Amino acid sequence: MNPVPDYDPLVFGETALRLRTYRQQILGSNLANADTPGFRAKDVNFAAALREQLEGQAYGSRVPLTLTSSGHMPSSTYRPGMPTQLFRTSAQPTMDGNTVDLDIERSHFAENVTKTEAQMRFLAGAFRSRVNAMTPDGR
Amino acid sequence: MSLISSLHVASTALHAQSLRLNTIASNLANADSTVDTYGNAYRAKNTVFRTVPMENMGADGVEVMSVSESNAPLRRVYEPGHPKADESGFVSYSNVNPVEEMVNMISASRSYQMNLEAMNSARELLQRSLDILGT
Repeated sequence: MNPVPDYDPLVFGETALRLRTYRQQILGSNLANADTPGFRAKDVNFAAALREQLEGQAYGSRVPLTLTSSGHMPSSTYRPGMPTQLFRTSAQPTMDGNTVDLDIERSHFAENVTKTEAQMRFLAGAFRSRVNAMTPDGR
Repeated sequence: MSLISSLHVASTALHAQSLRLNTIASNLANADSTVDTYGNAYRAKNTVFRTVPMENMGADGVEVMSVSESNAPLRRVYEPGHPKADESGFVSYSNVNPVEEMVNMISASRSYQMNLEAMNSARELLQRSLDILGT
């Protein structure tokens, strides 16, 4: 595993926020489908997805190409996709095959809302410090 | 933008749950309806939900797939003096089970509230995202 690189706060903030809002959308879908027969609750592994995307942006593609000619281009382009959706395992099976547990979903939802909001503040702070650096005499 | 589609997902759920509440209200209103002039009785209606994928990957909304009628037997009551009574003195009422409907109604209204809260959260986060570059 690569060492965790020094992140540009803007890159980190953008990546984390994108994943947070993506997760928000998935958790919202779970709540919306709480009464849908056969619906299986989904989630993403946030920590793994964040690490993968940051590493991808820092080190390029996970699949390095061997360059044997000066004309070859390195495979450094990394296009961040969306993380894999995983199915939640349910503790209490239901008759209609729905695996949404409202207590679990609600707590994850609240957690994700709070962390998204925190991430937005961090990002706003990163922007503010750059703006300050560009302003002469601290005006 | 994922937050916008969170709003859309919550709105599909609000729509589906309010349709469910409508059928429940209609069932409760007709709990004591007798057969109409053609001999058809009111039958309890049930909504069937299904998942509908949204434009954004990973977002799953919900919609009412169909409204099905319950095929439970009609409630027959012996009332010989009733204008709708048949030859043997029985009156057929609708097959609505009020207790079942009440439970269904509580579930629908809780789901509605929950999705309304999800919508509010998404709205607040969007509002917050506008402040990233402000001030």
